[in-house]
Formats: sequence, C-alpha cells, structure tokens
Amino acid sequence: MMTRVVLQALLSHWWRRPLQLVTLLFGLALATGLWTGVQAINQEARSSYDAAAQALGQGDFDRLVAQGGALIQRQTFVDLRRAGWLVSPVIEGRYGRGEDRVTVIGLDPFTLPPSAGAPDLSDDNDLAQWFSDDGLIFVHPETQAALPDGLPRAIPNLSVAIGEVVTDVTTAWRLLEVDGFSHLIIAPQQPIGLTPLDDLIPSLERVRPDPAGDIAQLTRSFHLNLTAFGLLSFAVGLFIVHAAIGLAFEQRRGMFRTLRALGVSTRRLVAVLAGETLVLAILAGLLGIGLGYLVAATLLPGVAATLRGLYGAAVPGTLSLDPAWALSGFGIALAGAAAAAGQSLWQVAKLPILAPAKPRAWAMAMDRSQTRLALAALVLFAVTVVLLIFGSGLVAGFLLLGAFLLGAAFLLPWVLSRLLRLAAPLARGPITQWALADTRQQVPGLSLALMALLLALATNIGVGTMVSSFRLTFAGWLDQRLASEIYVTARDSQQSEDVRALLEGQADAVLPIRSTDIRLEGQPAQLFGVVDHPTYEQGWPLITALDTPWAQVASGQAVLINEQLWRRADLTLGSELALTADWALPIVGVYSDYGNPEGQAIVAQAELLQRFPDVSTLGYAARTDPAQVEALRAALIDIGVPAGNILNQAEVKTFSLDVFDRTFLVTAALNVLTLGVAAFAMLASLTTLAGLRLPQLAPLWAMGLTRRHLALVELARAVLFAAITWALAVPLGLILAWVLLAVVNVEAFGWRLPMFPFPFDWARLAIWAIVAALLAAALPAYRLARIAPAQLIKVFADER
Amino acid sequence: MSVKAGIIGLLLAAAVAFSALAQGFAGLGQEVDGFKNPERGTPFDFPADHGPHPEYRIEWWYLTTNLRGADGQDYGAQWTLFRSAREPRSDDTWNSPQSWMGHAAITTETNHFSAERFARGGAGQAGAVGSPFEAWIDDWKMVGADDLSDLQVTARGQDFSYDLRLEAQGPLIFHGDRGFSVKSVEGQASYYYSQPFYEVSGQIQTPEGAVEVTGNAWLDREYSSQPLGRTQSGWDWFSLSFDDGNKLMGFLLRDTDGDTFTAGTWITPEGETTALENGQFQARALDITDVDGRQVPTTWQVMLPSFGIDVTVEAVNTQAWMDVIFSYWEGPVRVSGSHSGIGYLEMTGYE
Repeated sequence: MMTRVVLQALLSHWWRRPLQLVTLLFGLALATGLWTGVQAINQEARSSYDAAAQALGQGDFDRLVAQGGALIQRQTFVDLRRAGWLVSPVIEGRYGRGEDRVTVIGLDPFTLPPSAGAPDLSDDNDLAQWFSDDGLIFVHPETQAALPDGLPRAIPNLSVAIGEVVTDVTTAWRLLEVDGFSHLIIAPQQPIGLTPLDDLIPSLERVRPDPAGDIAQLTRSFHLNLTAFGLLSFAVGLFIVHAAIGLAFEQRRGMFRTLRALGVSTRRLVAVLAGETLVLAILAGLLGIGLGYLVAATLLPGVAATLRGLYGAAVPGTLSLDPAWALSGFGIALAGAAAAAGQSLWQVAKLPILAPAKPRAWAMAMDRSQTRLALAALVLFAVTVVLLIFGSGLVAGFLLLGAFLLGAAFLLPWVLSRLLRLAAPLARGPITQWALADTRQQVPGLSLALMALLLALATNIGVGTMVSSFRLTFAGWLDQRLASEIYVTARDSQQSEDVRALLEGQADAVLPIRSTDIRLEGQPAQLFGVVDHPTYEQGWPLITALDTPWAQVASGQAVLINEQLWRRADLTLGSELALTADWALPIVGVYSDYGNPEGQAIVAQAELLQRFPDVSTLGYAARTDPAQVEALRAALIDIGVPAGNILNQAEVKTFSLDVFDRTFLVTAALNVLTLGVAAFAMLASLTTLAGLRLPQLAPLWAMGLTRRHLALVELARAVLFAAITWALAVPLGLILAWVLLAVVNVEAFGWRLPMFPFPFDWARLAIWAIVAALLAAALPAYRLARIAPAQLIKVFADER
Repeated sequence: MSVKAGIIGLLLAAAVAFSALAQGFAGLGQEVDGFKNPERGTPFDFPADHGPHPEYRIEWWYLTTNLRGADGQDYGAQWTLFRSAREPRSDDTWNSPQSWMGHAAITTETNHFSAERFARGGAGQAGAVGSPFEAWIDDWKMVGADDLSDLQVTARGQDFSYDLRLEAQGPLIFHGDRGFSVKSVEGQASYYYSQPFYEVSGQIQTPEGAVEVTGNAWLDREYSSQPLGRTQSGWDWFSLSFDDGNKLMGFLLRDTDGDTFTAGTWITPEGETTALENGQFQARALDITDVDGRQVPTTWQVMLPSFGIDVTVEAVNTQAWMDVIFSYWEGPVRVSGSHSGIGYLEMTGYE
C-alpha cells in the first residue's frame, strides 16, 4: 500500500514533465536502437557466412586439394574411389562479370556424402534435366533475380548460398570451360582397412577447410567497423540517459526529503526508484529493439551490396528477426539504464533527511567532477599512447580510437571552462560580461550533451576525411589502371578466337586477360598473366619496384604483387614468392589494388598458360582510338558477343566508383544518425536546464532586460557552444582520420592511403552543428521569450 | 529429400524387385520410348549377356550367400550391383545416362551390417563387363571366369568387409520360359537367370573380428525395362536350398487390393528346372517382427503342393534390415518341415 503511494508520488514528477520522460525514453531507445541495429546487421551477415559454409557440398568436410591450386584430374577421383575411399568431386569457379558474377559449384550427387545436403531432385523432370547436356542449376531466390546470361534453367532454393550456383559437375565443366575438380570432399565415415591417402596419392594434400574462415577473416574489419559505430552511438545515447536520469533525481530531491520525513524508509525509496528505472528501461528497450529493426532493415540492403561488391561475400538483403540480437538489445538497455541510474541511486541512499533541496547543487557538483574527468582523460590519453606504440591489429586500432575519443570528450568540459575564463577579460559591457560568466556556469549542465556533440562531430570529420581521401585516391588510380579503352569477355572458347581475330584486325593492341585462382602465402589469391606491352609500363601504378620491373616480368623471371599481399604477408622486394609447389619467382614490384580484398600477383602470360593450361581464355582488353570504341563495339556485337560482355573504359570506371560509393553509404548513414543523437542530447539538456535557470534569469529581468533579449542570449550561447565544440572537433577528427587511414585501413583492407584535407566539408559541418544547436535551443528560448512574468516574479517569492 | 532420393528413384523406379518405387514413380510405369522390352524366346548370348544391357532400363547382379563360420555361427552375406538407365544408350562420358548402385551386407545371428554405393555411368567408377567378367562399384568387385563358374567377390563398409571365393557346382539355370520371367498378370516380364550352385569359402570381418567361412551362394541376373504393375505394393522373394539338393526360387508380388501374384522355379540338383505357374507357389506369413517400428513377417509357411513342399521359413536374424536410402529386409533363413535346408529371403514394401 505504502509502496503504491510512494510510487504515485514519484511518478507524478513525470506526469508534470512529459518532455523529460520522452527525452529519457527516447534517448535510451535511440542508444539501444542503434546498437541493436548494428548487431542485427552483423548477426545476419555472420549467419549467412555460416550458411554459405554449410550449403551444398560446402559442408564441414576434410578436402583433398592439389598443390598450387591446380585442378584434380577425373581419373584421380576414380582411382581413389576404386581404392575404396569415399570421396566426392567438387569443381568451383566464377562465372559472369561484375555485379552478376556468381560462383558455380559443380557437384556429383552420386557420391556426395549424405550430410553434405543436396538440392531436391525428386521431380522426374528436374532429375532428367540435371543430368542432361543442358543441365539444371539451383540458386538462392535472391541470386535468381540477377543471374548472368548463358546459365541453364534455375530452380530457386533457400539452402543455396547467395551468389552461388549449384549444378552437376558436367554442367559446371561446360560453364567454366574447365575439366577436373577444385577439390575432393572426404566423407567423414570411411570403410575399414583402407590404404592411407599418402601412399595412394601423395601429390594431393588433405586439408581441413574453414570455408567461412576466409570470408569471415576478410569481412572482420567491416563488422568491427560497424560494431565500433554501434558502440559510439550507444555511448552518445548513454550521455543523454545519464543526463536525463540525473536531472530527474535532482529535481525530486525535495520530494525524496519529504517522503523520507513522512516515514518512508531509505530501502523502500531506493527499491521503488530502482523499480521505476527498470520499468523505464524495459519500455525504452522495447522501443529500441523496434528502432533497431528499422535501422537494420533500412541499412541491410546497402550493407549486403557493400559486402558483395567489396568482398564477394553473399549476404541477403532482407532481415530475419533473430531473438539473439533482440535480447542483446534488451540487455544493453537495462545495463545502460543501470549504469546511468546507479550513481543517482547511491546518492539517494545516502541522502540526509534534512538536506536542503537545491537543484543547482547538482549542476555545481558537476564542476568538481570536471577535474576528475580531466584526470580520467589523461589516463585515457596514456592508454592511447601505449596502444599506438605497442598495439597491433585491428582490435587494437579501434581500442586506440575509442580511448582517444573518449579521453578527448572527457577533457572537453575542462577545456571549455578554461577557454571561457580566458575570454572573460575580453568582454565589454555588463551584459556581455554576465553572459560570458553565465555561459561558464552552464558548462557543467551542458557538458554531457557537448561531449556527445564533440564525439559526433569528430567522428564525422574523421570518417568523412577518410572516405573522401580514399575516393580521391581511388578515382586517380582507376584513371591510371584502366588504360585500355575496351574490355570484352567472349561467350566461349570458340568465340574467343573470333574476338581475338577481330581485335587484332581493328584495334591498336590486344591484351588478353588470363587469370586463375590460387593460394599465395596460405590465402586465396588470383594470379594474372599479362603480355608484354608498353600499356602496363606506362599506366600501371606501382608503389615500389626494382629496376625495369615490367621487362623482368615479361621475361618470365619475376612477379609483381599487389599491396594487400605485400603488407599482409610482410614480403620484401627481391624475395622469392612461391606461386605453386615447384614455381617461385622473385618479387620485383608492388602495385596498389584498391577494392580487391584478395591477394594478387602478375606474371608473364606465357608462363601462366604453360603452368595452368586450363585457365579461362575468354577475356580481352584492347587499346584503340577512343573515337573508335563504338565502332569496335558494334563489330563485336556483329560476331555474336553479348552486348553485356563488352565494357568500355568509362563504364568500368562508373561501375567501380559506384561500388565504392555504396561501400561507404552505410558509414555515411550511421554518421548522420550519430549526429542526430548528439543534437537530441543538446535539446534534452537545454530543455531540462531551462526550468532550473529561472532563479538566475529572474534578477536580470527584474533589472530591465526583456524576455526577448534573454532568449536571444540563450540562443547565442548555444551557437557559441556549438562553434567551440566544432573548432575542437576539427583537429580531433583529423587525428581520427589519420588513425583510420594509416592504422585501421592497413589492417582492414591491406592498403595505405594518403590523407587529403577537405576544409569545405568541415565548414559545412560547422553550419550543421550550429543549426543543430539553434534547433535544440529554439524551444527553450521560445518558452523563455513567452514566459509569464508572474513565473519570474514567483522566483523572488519562493522560499528556495 | 535429395539428389540421392531422386537417383535411387531412377535406379529403382523400374526395378521389378522393388515395389515402393512403383508407387513413387507410377509415372514411369508406362513404357518409355526407346528402351527394349524382353521378348519370349530370345536366346542368350554368353558371355556378353553376363555384362550390362544399356538398352534395357534396369539390371542387376544379385548375390546372396549362406555361410557357416569356423566359430559355428550362421552368417549371410549379400552383394548387389544395380544398373539403371535414363536413356537406352551408354557412353564413356560423365553425362552417360547410366547410373549404378551397390548394396553389400553381412548378417550375423545377432547383428546386421550394410553399406551402399552410388556412381554415375561413363566415369569408370562403376560398371560391368561380360568378358573378362567383372562387375564393380568403387572397390567392391565381382570378378572371375567368363562363364561365372569361378568368382571372387569383395566388399567393405564402415564396420564390415568380406572376401569370398565362389565355385559353381552346377549349370546356370533359366527362370520362366527359357529365361523370360513374367512378373504380373498384365504380362510385365524380365530376363532372369541364376547360378544357384556355388560353393563358397572365404573370410568375413565384423566388429567382433575376422572369421573363416564356408557355405553356398546364389547369383541372380535379371534385366528388364518394365516396372511392376501400377498396383503392386511390395514383394517377398525366397531362394531355398534343401538338404536333398533340390532348390526352390519363388516370389510373391503383393497388390494394394490384397491380390497376390506368385511365380517360381523348381530346380533339381542336376539343374533341371520347372517353371511354376501363378498360384502354385504359396507363401503365408506366420509371425510378424517389429523391426525399428516396421511390421515385418520374418517367419513364413511356404507350400508347393505339386512337389510335396510344406515348410516353415524362419529368419536367422529377424532384424536383417538393409538400412540404406531405399531400405528393405534381406537376410539368411533356415528351413524346416517337410524338407529342411537354408536360404535367403528378401522383402520389400514394409515401410
């Protein structure tokens, strides 16, 4: 009974201040929502990697592979079967180009282990077609929407990984124009008494694959990036919640005192307050999960496109509701509320019954904590330095960023106070002097919101600088790298001959593109073979090289590698790189290769074809007068090359830049959301402070300042705060950008980029920050301008 | 629910011996263009006919053996190679329309071990050749003399293996009308001949260890393009060797409406045969055993009044269930009553 009365009394506070309640709930919900959304995206991506690893012939089986990634002969498979080994052949390869590119997986359903899971062929017609010369393919419905030309009839099947095409080995051989197998699956259960594999076929290697591992490894940075953003949003959200809950407690000090005086025990009071916080957290958590779902569902298509474009990792563009991330969102909402309310509950528990109720005390107490925060900031900076010197790896990079940003935020109130104090002698006239002094007074109350704003602005500048620098470098690199005017992919090897003949007749130079998938330094990689042509020497951007690298490559005696491989494997110029078991060449140069997650190497084409006679011979690049491109294109279509298989230089560039822009779409979206959260934090703080500040403003009004004037001062102050915070955020953001470009990018993507400043973007951001501050201050200012004079007079009548 | 199920379907769709397919693949019940159909009076051409007949839809090499171990225990061993064609042709490419399936098993008095294999035709992973005779899938082999008089048979699975030497003590025998065997009142038929006179010696291995064995074996060769009648739901096939040297093959085809069709062959010790008309061979279930939830008749009364046969046929091990993708019951039996002996029993359609 008593509890109910106490609860009623406490809740009446929210009843009278609905905006504060909304602030609290919405703040926590926003924080939870962004966190949950990011988790949901990560979860979805991870489960689709797992699904890809589990799908159709990709299961958890040991494999037999040939050294150097060569294909395994048909007869080898038959020999092993006839020796009793239960192995099943798989041929894998890429088919199509660009966005529609798919991975064709050819299986032998007869020998596939039952647990590998095969598509349903119980329909007679499907079965007959699967084994027919035409063949039959199974694809995920999402892949079916955009399949490359030339594939047989497709049947949608949810158990096929996205971006993969499952078909019979014979159909795969025809599509991929190869003969043999990429690997043999070894069934987990084997007959008794078999001859060991090493004795039967020593040339094959038994490997324990981690099919999810490769892609998970590659995409780890991307997900870590998202997680970091999620945490940042949550931290910003927590600032709001902390401020709102702290205020609510302070404002109710009088009520607590009265309740205690009326005989409510401390225990009961704390328990009821904790209960109240719990209920609020649950409400906000629910709201947050809903928000998180919205965020994730909105961003996921972009993320999926990014992952596919950048890493070739297939992730569905639609979100499935997973209780795991919903629960994690709930947990984080509760934890966040507990963290924000803990300190206040502690104070209530220690509250002396007769302590005067003075809301200002809360704000003033924050002043003392400024020094404490500044000290914490120093500790965090120390951590930053230690991480910078001794840390390595992606996680360390992000930790470094986190410590540095949080330290900077903690230092902000102290810096603001000092700045305002230094500015004090510059003020002319009493009103300006008062305004400046009053502004300094307000720093404690606004510091949490300003810290949030600082974090959001700095992140914005840092990430923006990184993305823009990257784009500038990327565009320049594309111009150099895409030297050929036209790129053609023949439909089959017969047509390939026609294409070559036509190009040789009409183009200035023909540069056949020949490549194969291999493993370099234990990682999946591509090996390209190039012909000897000045185009490469003139256009191909090399980061570092020995003398005459292209001539050495052309002679077949050297190899060029991309930056990713160079950095990841820590290779040096002049050292030997093992391309296959019995083929190693010295590295004579390193080239930048943006947008490609895998390692790559370039050798002389004749050498490549000699060692890998089965490589696809369909691709050509050709040099020609740009004015002739359209004529050449028409000629190619005339001999039957599908129009979609002919790309001119401009198209490739557009496509590449498109992929790039989409890659960072998510980053940009999260950026805007974080800034929004920070603006909301300011609104919340200013609104709640407005009520508390009447006792300070009433005397000024009494001395003759109009309410309008006072409101303008309030607005000006908000702008001043935003401007100072922005000014501090710029260097902070640049440091952030440097860490992203020089530390995180190298770890994540394997390439290091030059940093370019974009002052125009910063100026635009300054405007946005000021607009946000003005918007946040507008409502309290408007209220002040319209406040009933009686309210102001009441200040002098009130006993407090 | 996989490719396998589909392949099995194809492999067995037409198989006279496996009625469930006929249910699942009723659509294949019709004659398919291009496949040959058995014709009464066609002479066999050996050794070529011991090899495969790609122009017929289905075919098998089916060996069952009753063994006695050095340890005094009774054993049974099975070795089967099925061939199935999607089209009546054969080539050496991986696109060949021929498919192969192997079943192997050992039945002990207390255990039953089975394994299966699949292979596409044309790859070399499985196949059969009339001369020099060989039938194989993976490392499972049946290889030997062109007249099948002397064979070596091997197979192994995860928990068993066997290596058996077979020597024929009598001639090949031909079922029905000179090897033209009718399978239903509608006239579905197959080519069907056997070598029931093998003496066996060899070794089997189970988780209990390796055992030297001796005994008798019975090889069935059958090929056809005509599946069971649409309404036939299962079949019970008996191959019995009596102690007096006479042998009896009889089968009972069960109809969904309760009708049955029976046929069989009486074989004298000299290899002289008498084809049995529908209804002459009679078999009646005496006892039902629960085999993993399936109700399977494992004791039978078998009667052939015209030859004075009235015997009880009892499974050596009632749990001889072939736990393969298309499953059925197959195991050694003991015969008592008017005559005593041993034999093999195969029962399908008890799913």
